[in-house]
Amino acid sequence: MATPIIDAPRSGKIDVKYNRSKGGKGSFEMVAWLFMRLSGVVLVVLIFGHLFVNLMVGDGVHAIDFGFVAGKWASPFWQIWDLLMLWLAMLHGTNGVRTIINDYAERNGTRMALKTVLYVATVVIIVLGTLVIFTFDPCPAGAVTDLPSFCTAR
Amino acid sequence: MSPIETAETAPEPASKIELPAHVGGGGEIPTFNITLRVRRYNPEISEDFSWEDYELTMYGTDRVLDALHKIKWEHDGSLSFRRSCAHGVCGSDAMRINGRNRLACKTLLKDLDTKKPITVEAIKGLPVEKDLIVDMEPFFQSYREIMPFLINKGHEPTRERLQSAEERARFDDTTKCILCAACTSSCPVFWTDGQYFGPAAIVNAHRFIFDSRDDAGDMRLEILNDKEGVWRCRTTFNCTEACPRGIQVTQAISEVKQAILSRRV
Repeated sequence: MATPIIDAPRSGKIDVKYNRSKGGKGSFEMVAWLFMRLSGVVLVVLIFGHLFVNLMVGDGVHAIDFGFVAGKWASPFWQIWDLLMLWLAMLHGTNGVRTIINDYAERNGTRMALKTVLYVATVVIIVLGTLVIFTFDPCPAGAVTDLPSFCTAR
Repeated sequence: MSPIETAETAPEPASKIELPAHVGGGGEIPTFNITLRVRRYNPEISEDFSWEDYELTMYGTDRVLDALHKIKWEHDGSLSFRRSCAHGVCGSDAMRINGRNRLACKTLLKDLDTKKPITVEAIKGLPVEKDLIVDMEPFFQSYREIMPFLINKGHEPTRERLQSAEERARFDDTTKCILCAACTSSCPVFWTDGQYFGPAAIVNAHRFIFDSRDDAGDMRLEILNDKEGVWRCRTTFNCTEACPRGIQVTQAISEVKQAILSRRV
């Protein structure tokens, strides 16, 4: 068996994986860190407000149906509320999963692949959600059947 | 936030073996038998790690380091480990004992569970060279990057650089570091890819950033504002738990984070 060659101690040769990759400057990580804290605080208010209004006020959970959601989104206040909740929760969650990928994936290729899937999913959900909030129409023109009772007959 | 309960952080139970009061007063020191389970590695023989058990009779006043000495001197001279002062100051003998990073010279055998084998292995996250010896170069590379020396732009004073007691107290905790790497090698973020600066480098940057005599705090904050800098800290408190000097490492990292923020935002 050939004896493996072992470098002398302090030969200055270290595994390349420990050499810090360049180009990591800029304040993105700082902004991301700060965003996690601030969005977290805002989300606590938004989510508990959302749960309270949907589950506790009035008839509570029994009041939730198509008409209830349509009624909420008729008001700009709840449109903005839900929009904020959607954007903050999605970005907060995406950044959280991004950090988990960075911490647990060991190879740069794996990281890239996982993060690509993550970002595509995030963009699709945010765009779709935003569209729904602003273009939601409970009584679309031209529909004749299955309209909720509050739609005035055309 | 409380530390996650892992083998790394779970509190070690109190001393298992009661030493009678006369011990230390010249009376006979009690002995007990232990099994020391050491993770061996010798790249000249095999690329694989292997666990080896050693049955030893040790004294109630012995430390893990004494057990390692006994193995090396009386049982198996091929066992390799680092130690220098053997009194908890030089920081050479940090190792993973029963799954927690500590100094072999500061860990009394009687404080461990001697009914089970005591496991001893090299610290994690750094390349093992032989048995309990790791290559510390990546660790010191990060340390050098934060410029661990006084930088002062003013004229060199003719006398000492004066500092008030309060100014000295500001960074007192982080002056205690002995660079043993127990903190950095207990950090799960460092284990991932070795890119993170690590707690030890940040602690030593803290020591100069908050020193009133030093003028390069901004430069060090800029270095640690890297994507592999303080923002990779997940405040798991493993480093604080591991520090044999009792430095509040996680707090020091958070203070550096705040210093970067208050400078930028």
